Amino acid sequence: MISARGLRKSFGDFEAVRGIDVSVRPGVAFGFLGPNGAGKSSTMRMICCVSPPSGGELRVFGMDPAKDGPKIKARLGVCPQEDTLDVELNVYDNLFVYGRYFGLPRAEVKGRIEELLDFVQLTDKAKAKVDDLSGGMKRRLTIARSLINRPEILVLDEPTTGLDPQARHVIWDRLFRLKQAGVTLLLTTHYMDEAEQLCDELVVMDQGRIVAHGTPLGLIQQHSTREVAELRFGVGEHEALAAKVEDLAERVEVLPDRLLLYSDDGEAVIEAVHSRDLSPVATLVRRSSLEDVFLHLTGRTLVD
Amino acid sequence: MTDYADSGPATPPTAPAGLVSGALRMGDYWLTVLARTWKGGVITTFVTPFFYVLALGVLLGGFVEADPATLEGADSYLAFVAPGMVAAHAMTIAFSEMTYPVYGMVKWQRIYFSMIASPLTASHIVLAQLGFLMLRTLFACGVFLLVLAPFGVFGTWWGLLMAWLVQGLVVLAFGTPVLLFSLSIKGEESFALIFRLGMIPLTLFSGTFFPVANLGPVLEKVAMASPLWQGVNLTRMLALGEIDWALAAVHVGYLGLLAGVCWWLAVRKLDERLVS
Repeated sequence: MISARGLRKSFGDFEAVRGIDVSVRPGVAFGFLGPNGAGKSSTMRMICCVSPPSGGELRVFGMDPAKDGPKIKARLGVCPQEDTLDVELNVYDNLFVYGRYFGLPRAEVKGRIEELLDFVQLTDKAKAKVDDLSGGMKRRLTIARSLINRPEILVLDEPTTGLDPQARHVIWDRLFRLKQAGVTLLLTTHYMDEAEQLCDELVVMDQGRIVAHGTPLGLIQQHSTREVAELRFGVGEHEALAAKVEDLAERVEVLPDRLLLYSDDGEAVIEAVHSRDLSPVATLVRRSSLEDVFLHLTGRTLVD
Repeated sequence: MTDYADSGPATPPTAPAGLVSGALRMGDYWLTVLARTWKGGVITTFVTPFFYVLALGVLLGGFVEADPATLEGADSYLAFVAPGMVAAHAMTIAFSEMTYPVYGMVKWQRIYFSMIASPLTASHIVLAQLGFLMLRTLFACGVFLLVLAPFGVFGTWWGLLMAWLVQGLVVLAFGTPVLLFSLSIKGEESFALIFRLGMIPLTLFSGTFFPVANLGPVLEKVAMASPLWQGVNLTRMLALGEIDWALAAVHVGYLGLLAGVCWWLAVRKLDERLVS
């Protein structure tokens, strides 16, 4: 569906994407995980044919975005980071006019709108002004709009950024259903839980490069331990205390507000810490996540 | 609630075959915009022209006892000022439609960005928007001319028809540079500049309300170089039936060239803003 070789994007002297290789197969939910400024959105914009690559090769559906942009775009669904809805039109009209941009007959667009409003649970809001919708509803409407042409690939740039937890879960549920229906999903996110929930395959991006590639579970197994013990001490004590516990785990990471001790048995680590007369203010044992993978690979956290 | 399903007929989405077919895909968008805004436009389309004709043409014009020889072929001040007001009306529509609404589509709601994510390109978007502007202006100016008709200020029916049609050109000659301006600016405060230093002086000093000869030999030439004078004079010649065809060709060429160059630049500028 999508293949990139040595793909680059520069804005003046700034290199946003520094030579990445990506291959996305049909039916896969493929994620780009990374912090803000990692080059995820720039990559997405190139795939969506609205940003000409500065170097390397990019093919979408086997076509070159530089030459066949409109043909590629006809088969893509794009859900941008900002909703870009027409707030002065109602929900129904936003979908209707958009369907017409794809050359679809009016009667067919109308049929699809009914189906899509039902799918994103906005049927009773069809005549509502977009301005009156909640953030989560606007996002769902943007997703519905991106599906009006029955795209073969749905591109979602930070689909749940800025939404409350409940609204995020509704979006995830809808995206999961799309995945089951065989739609290829391409999404960027800086939320590790989102990437773990939705992605079959993902790349971790940092400073314009891909630093890891695999399945969420595979990446965690490859780059982290099974469990993590988190220790919280007083403000400013973490750096000094790290030396006292570093032999208790396979690896120790020092964050401003806590220590992370990587081990396959977190509880045993906590017991060992206490046995050394250290008294953390709070402790927590959890499974490793993609956040830990990112921290390990880049030395930084995902969310600033 | 249903799951997302590919049920029903499935016309494959396509890239538009050509410039016009792509722009026509946006017809429903502009019709929807029209359906939403036409009520607000009724006042400016029907009532405002009538007020202007009444106040400036009839009531103020009643005090103007000018020698018809100084009124560029008109036999009354009303007959002189009416065609000028029609052309100025077309210009005003171009300014109002191509400033804040365009800026909002780039900056506030960013609707252009959603359009460009579909198979449409900047060329389709600009053609559809200017096409809509032209149709809307032809309608508004048509109403304006009908309001004026009972006052008996027009020479011939075919001159009137041509005076109406050239408003499509007049609005493009203003719509395209203003569109280009709105796509180029960084902040909305720049609009104050083109309204105060562009639209208002053009309306007042381009031969709409008095012959540009009154400005004196130097300023007369400046006024004649303005696009509004070109439009006003063209409209006036056609409406009054006092046509210098060579001069009319110059006006059409001037307005057409201005519209053509700015159209081309506007497409490039929009593309630059959306694709980077």
